[in-house]
Amino acid sequence: MDTLNPEELSSPVIDINAEEVKQELLEKYPTKVARKRAKQIVVNAIDLEGVVPEIQSNVRTTPGLIGQRGCTYAGCKGVVLGPTRDIVNITHGPIGCGFYSWLTRRNQTKPKGPEDHNFMMYCFSTDMQEEQIVFGGEKKLKQAIQEAYDLFQPKAIGIFATCPVGLIGDDVHAVAREMKEKLGDCNVFGFSCEGYKGVSQSAGHHIANNGVFTHIVGLDDKVREGKYKINMLGEYNIGGDAFEIERLFEDCGITLISTFSGNSSYDNFANSHTADLNLIMCHRSINYVAEMMETKFGIPWIKVNFIGAEATAKSLRKIAAYFEDPELTEKVEEVIAREMPAVEKVREEVKARCRGKVAMLFVGGSRAHHYQELFREIGMETIAAGYEFAHRDDYEGRRVLPGLKVDADSRNIEELHVEPDPGRFRPRLSPDQIARLEQGDLKLSEYQGMMPEMKSGSLVIDDISQFETEKLIEIFRPDIIGAGIKEKYVIQKSGVPLKQLHSYDYSGPYAGFKGAINFYREIDRMVNSKVWKYLKAPWQEHPELAAKYVWE
Amino acid sequence: MLLRHTPNEIKERSALTINPAKTCQPIGAMYAALGIHKCLPHSHGSQGCYAYHRSTLTRHYKEPVMAATSAFTEGASVFGGQANLLQSINNIFSVYEPDVIAVHTTCLSETIGDDIPQIIAKARDEGKIPAGKYVIHANTPSYVGTHVTGFANMVKGMVDYFAEANGHKEQWINIIPGYVEPCDMEEIKRLTKELGVPSIMFPDTSEVLNGPQTGKFHMFPAGGVTTADLMRTGAAVGTVALGRLASGPAARALDTKCKVPCEILDLPIGLKATDIFIDTLRQIAGVTVPDAINLERGRLLDVITDMHQYFYGRKVALAGDPDQLISLTQFLVDLDMWPIHIVTGTPGKKFETRIKEITRESPYPVNVRAGGDMFLLHQWIRNERVDLMLGNTYMKYIARDEDIPLVRYGFPILDRIGHSYFPTVGYRGGLRLLEKILDALLDRKDRDAPEESFELVM
Repeated sequence: MDTLNPEELSSPVIDINAEEVKQELLEKYPTKVARKRAKQIVVNAIDLEGVVPEIQSNVRTTPGLIGQRGCTYAGCKGVVLGPTRDIVNITHGPIGCGFYSWLTRRNQTKPKGPEDHNFMMYCFSTDMQEEQIVFGGEKKLKQAIQEAYDLFQPKAIGIFATCPVGLIGDDVHAVAREMKEKLGDCNVFGFSCEGYKGVSQSAGHHIANNGVFTHIVGLDDKVREGKYKINMLGEYNIGGDAFEIERLFEDCGITLISTFSGNSSYDNFANSHTADLNLIMCHRSINYVAEMMETKFGIPWIKVNFIGAEATAKSLRKIAAYFEDPELTEKVEEVIAREMPAVEKVREEVKARCRGKVAMLFVGGSRAHHYQELFREIGMETIAAGYEFAHRDDYEGRRVLPGLKVDADSRNIEELHVEPDPGRFRPRLSPDQIARLEQGDLKLSEYQGMMPEMKSGSLVIDDISQFETEKLIEIFRPDIIGAGIKEKYVIQKSGVPLKQLHSYDYSGPYAGFKGAINFYREIDRMVNSKVWKYLKAPWQEHPELAAKYVWE
Repeated sequence: MLLRHTPNEIKERSALTINPAKTCQPIGAMYAALGIHKCLPHSHGSQGCYAYHRSTLTRHYKEPVMAATSAFTEGASVFGGQANLLQSINNIFSVYEPDVIAVHTTCLSETIGDDIPQIIAKARDEGKIPAGKYVIHANTPSYVGTHVTGFANMVKGMVDYFAEANGHKEQWINIIPGYVEPCDMEEIKRLTKELGVPSIMFPDTSEVLNGPQTGKFHMFPAGGVTTADLMRTGAAVGTVALGRLASGPAARALDTKCKVPCEILDLPIGLKATDIFIDTLRQIAGVTVPDAINLERGRLLDVITDMHQYFYGRKVALAGDPDQLISLTQFLVDLDMWPIHIVTGTPGKKFETRIKEITRESPYPVNVRAGGDMFLLHQWIRNERVDLMLGNTYMKYIARDEDIPLVRYGFPILDRIGHSYFPTVGYRGGLRLLEKILDALLDRKDRDAPEESFELVM
């Protein structure tokens, strides 16, 4: 449909000189800040091999600059573990962290029946007081776990450490071990996800991945029925995205063993190592689990993207290609053929009104990339984009991984040493198959990043600041910006609509075919809304006094 | 069922909080600091804190919420956050140019024991604070008190840093509005002006967090108390502080520091509390209450008498902050309603005593808990049903499961608008509250009435 060819990619995107814009963004900063930010603001350029310039990312936030990032706890408890319905997640710390992460990420979930456990609506906290800060909080934590167990008899309890926990030396892992043993039929595990660790929520994703992999994945060896068994990684069911993707899988005859972690349950995780393929949606937040599962159990992974109709079709075809079964290919093509007419109809209608408009996306660790596809499908170009917490591989592609320097902040995040499981490692593909697949279009364990898919001359900005955002609006007046709740009204007060791409502005789904339709319509609504024409009152537009007020 | 795991049987918990009716100090401090003109609140902790606070305040106000952070790393957590805060102060004054940076601490910086005044002094010595600009602070450890305490501490910080006695008393009074909405602050100012009492109100978040759409973003909007006015608070004849928990500490600090006497009143929500507020202002300033205010009062009273039958005898459950709950409970009792389950997450025995005093004539046993949570409130409701609930958006889960009408009140309200535009303080505010309560009760009556007794006139 609308993928760009190499020529288009290397043609400049707009008339404004991006290098000059970059200088303008930097000129007000103190020298040291400007020097640092200069490495995080890059004018995209794609050479003939598809190699893009280096962008500094996953580095410390500059104090005082005002940005988008959250903390490690938010990445661990909020993002990765939050969407699972039947684990009692206890925040160990003062009340705030638990309170703020209570239901605010819009992860939808659908329990199987009225008896099925669903703790998503609950917020559990040890509500640490000064006494625990001084004398230690382990006793209270144990008691809290006991109380949660007595009240709910959950299958599992997760403990999430907040900043003071690490400082006062509470050992959440020791408490977890002790309580797991004591309770007997409840899996208890801890996460050292103190907010100060790492440089952003990204560290929390990694910690969550490690914990889920260590404590849950592989606990249940029961092999489920199904010809094409997959896991969906890095999909968090915001606004029902996972439901739409699940619908497509079901129609294609693909068996979803587990999602990490939208609409998921503890049992799904435990059984996930029996799948034959891992699909990665959000590369940033979940690639660790995929890699560890590949090493330990032999499950290959591929990068997919269900944001955008064309991207969805492509991803389904990738799955079919992997399984090399004509029956699946046929089914996938049938589903695509069935879904596309409705998409095309709305797309053409909306494109007529949106073509030529421009967007900017500053969000997350994958959405700034994925959503460019959706905008492109309705004729809108993304002229500037950046991630909040991604690493270089998410920008430039995994080709940079071998050369990545690990700095002090990242070194503190544990890298698990994983080995093939003696009894359960099972290569899913023969070397011949791998060679054959690679010769085709299917790249295993590969993510090429965002920048190779953006035009040369577009701006790529990591961890954008409030100041830079304001400047960009002033210079470019984009038709829409995609970011988060903190940016929402700042940008809209400037007269530019903002689409929240974390929470979807409480709408969605935007994944899959139905999601694409929803998104086209939503963007159409936003960029063509009448309200923006009324920013000035008549007397502000024409302040001159033309006549006296006379009765006659 | 959304809250399918909440059992009817109540077991006392000593360690596990479930569905809190409070949050932590720093967010209250951030909200208060936004009530100073050209002030940038600053969170001294890891960046997650300010991200969470800004997000929550933004969802509640649907407005820009500006604040900065020291962005602690593991290194800063071990060696102290001084370098981060100094860097932050320098960057903020260079890039964003506020008049004031209001630093509040977090559980992180409090646990490691960062000395904020010392860091501010160092910043000043190193020339990082431009002439005529200020850095103030409040200690707001998240493991003590709640968001209400944080608000109170930052407001007290304003007194500590700015208030100056000039040796004689000037003809104005200070008003500390309490932890209320921007429109409530606006309404308190209006009533004061209507009475003809010159005043300085601090903090003042009106026109900061309920600003207009003009097509132009202002990092520092029109509202907020100015630093010049904050300095003048020390020369006022007196202070009227609304809400004992949220405003009391600042009022007492002003008395201690500048010998400005204070009256600490309940928040002027409902008839009786507003009467006391107006009467106090009248007596302090020696003014006559104008007819315009008598008219407002009369209208509120009129609606109460007109619609009394729908209020009478209805049982109510409430969750929220102590200052609001005390006045609300009084108002409901004055309407002949019966508040029977009252929970706040903010600890304090005085609150329980006060509520018991207000509800002493209740024909039903009254459950009240300071330092309780919404899980407990839900269990109480399961055991003794109510006709109406008042509380923040998280109450909607109980409302749906139990099929009980909910009037949204308090913080945070994440799913409706109005709370930042239409006040609930004063007589007009009381009228709005009545309207909301009536709408909820009568919509329910309309929904549930059998066809043969579906009423046209109510």
